[in-house]
Amino acid sequence: MEYALNQPAKPNSFRTGPDEQGMFGIFGGRFVAETLMPLILHLEEEWNRAKTDPEFKAELEHLNAHYTGRPSPLYFAERLTEHLGGAKIYFKRDELNHTGSHKINNCLGQILLAKRMGKTRIIAETGAGQHGVASATVAARFGFPCEVYMGATDVQRQAPNVFRMKLLGAKVHAVSAGHGTLKDAMNEALRDWVTNVEDTYYLIGTAAGPHPYPELVREFQSVIGRETREQMMAVEGRLPDMLVAAVGGGSNAIGLFHPFLDDENVRIVGVEAGGKGLEGEEHCASLTAGSPGVLHGNRTYLLQDGDGQIKEGHSISAGLDYPGIGPEHSWLKDSGRVEYVPIMDTEALEAFQLLTRLEGIIPALEPSHALAEVIKRAPTMGKDQIIVMNLCGRGDKDVFTVGKLLGHDL
Amino acid sequence: MTTRIDRKFAALKQINRPALVTYFMGGDPDYDSSLRVMKALPKAGADVIELGMPFSDPMADGPTIQLAGRRALDGGQTLVKTLQMAREFRQEDDDTPIVMMGYYNPIYVYGVERFLADAKESGIDGLIVVDLPPEMDEELCLPALKAGINFIRLATPTTDDKRLPVVLGNTSGFVYYVSMTGITGSALPDTSKVADAVRRIKGHTDLPVCVGFGVKTSSQAKAIGASADGVVVGTAVVNAIANVLDKDGKAVADPAEAVATLVRGLADGVAEARLAQAG
Repeated sequence: MEYALNQPAKPNSFRTGPDEQGMFGIFGGRFVAETLMPLILHLEEEWNRAKTDPEFKAELEHLNAHYTGRPSPLYFAERLTEHLGGAKIYFKRDELNHTGSHKINNCLGQILLAKRMGKTRIIAETGAGQHGVASATVAARFGFPCEVYMGATDVQRQAPNVFRMKLLGAKVHAVSAGHGTLKDAMNEALRDWVTNVEDTYYLIGTAAGPHPYPELVREFQSVIGRETREQMMAVEGRLPDMLVAAVGGGSNAIGLFHPFLDDENVRIVGVEAGGKGLEGEEHCASLTAGSPGVLHGNRTYLLQDGDGQIKEGHSISAGLDYPGIGPEHSWLKDSGRVEYVPIMDTEALEAFQLLTRLEGIIPALEPSHALAEVIKRAPTMGKDQIIVMNLCGRGDKDVFTVGKLLGHDL
Repeated sequence: MTTRIDRKFAALKQINRPALVTYFMGGDPDYDSSLRVMKALPKAGADVIELGMPFSDPMADGPTIQLAGRRALDGGQTLVKTLQMAREFRQEDDDTPIVMMGYYNPIYVYGVERFLADAKESGIDGLIVVDLPPEMDEELCLPALKAGINFIRLATPTTDDKRLPVVLGNTSGFVYYVSMTGITGSALPDTSKVADAVRRIKGHTDLPVCVGFGVKTSSQAKAIGASADGVVVGTAVVNAIANVLDKDGKAVADPAEAVATLVRGLADGVAEARLAQAG
């Protein structure tokens, strides 16, 4: 691995963050209103107790196995590998989880924390609706009332997920502020939380927000990477050469990456939503084209103007349509450990169709971005090399969006 | 440290009257109208001015102030212009304390050291930054105190006795007690509860305690002013401006006059607060 001279010195381990203040280098932190501060400290205490409590661990493992269906398979994509003619491609199939994405891993962990904290009401924000569905699911399973904030634009483009949430008993609030996407949903969820701080647990869907959320979400999602390590050793007897995952807020990616961060020979690539291209405003590539700023409780790379006003961004994929990124990814970018690249809407759409036809798997538009990068990289690598891509969600929810883009009237 | 805030509260204590602290959004609906609103505030009876810095994602604000921020940004307001507004105001008023209020990101992007130097030079006396709790004091609070600008902290109903000393630690100027858990512009809670909270905070500090979030009318200002050292009114001021705008955001009447009418009423309320108590 190469490090530029102006980069911070390489740490002994990439896996020790955050520090006690919740910082990953200059990123992370607790930038919240005072009203929320006592609650966030309480959450941190409870989390610190829970993570070393064998009972908590056992309960979560039991749910992961019997409710979600973990471990998810590590699948060798034989026909895609053959088609691309380079590295062997494996998919970590988190799209087969109950509720159809990796989001359930985090929701089960957090609902157990909410229960421990004595909270009686769950709120969540959602972009594509995958986290909203997973939140509504665990709320139903544990008997909590649940309210989900979702941008009005996303409510439209992810209609099937909205209905699923309603079936599961959740109340869905369409947020019309801004462009009506994930950022606006998060603002509104924070307003609800600050108002109902006594009884409400905010189930954040990605590895972002104030400390300790980035850490605890990462821990709940790291089951993806831990399983991948074991499965890869069992099948290939060695670690992969490259990991690829899509990053919106970055929870599926950090979940896959984190257990491998100290394995120097494993190259790690995060794929951002390049939207309609980085030269304009219509993308969500906060790491590639943004700058450090403070939003939604943490310091991280953001899409913003010179006055510190946050831009709206754009992506074909509602789940990547967010102008920020989890703080640990910002740190991993600056430290040089992980490479972040953009993929355009059109490339993701092509990858979506290719996988559907070659492997009989309809991926969500989010991992379709990761797949588009795999399609670029695999042919340049040797046949003895191995790529693992996190197939973090299934595409049922995107069928209508894709149909529209391809000119089919569904 | 600038001394306008301390002087103002000391003078008000002499005459046993709580301060009227008025918030407005800098640049709403445009720079010139907003500057006239600012100039009208002290003339109508405001003792302290909170100058709002618009931010695209105001997580702690209700719909009224969200919309005001949107209007200001659409009208081209920036942090540079908000500082400029203070500077222009100071040319004719060197007495009324100005506290800038908003969110951290625009300041962070402007550059903390550069911001503090420019704020000082523009006649700013204090800062209220909603998303900087004491845990993040090294970001702006400590540099501000070093630069001679007061850092005013919010205390809330969730700030218990154990946490209060942490919150009050580096606070100067005054303490802003947020009357309820919630966003700006919500309904005001029971005034006796507010009075209890003010008493509790005063047990931990000699600083003046001002109460805000939810105070909209003259009679509420009077009731809150009986116990608090200051009454903060924000959403009602912003509403007075919004009420004279048409659907395209163009003023159909003078926003400064609309605000002045409201503030005169609120000033009468705080003036009566302690008289009622004495009687």
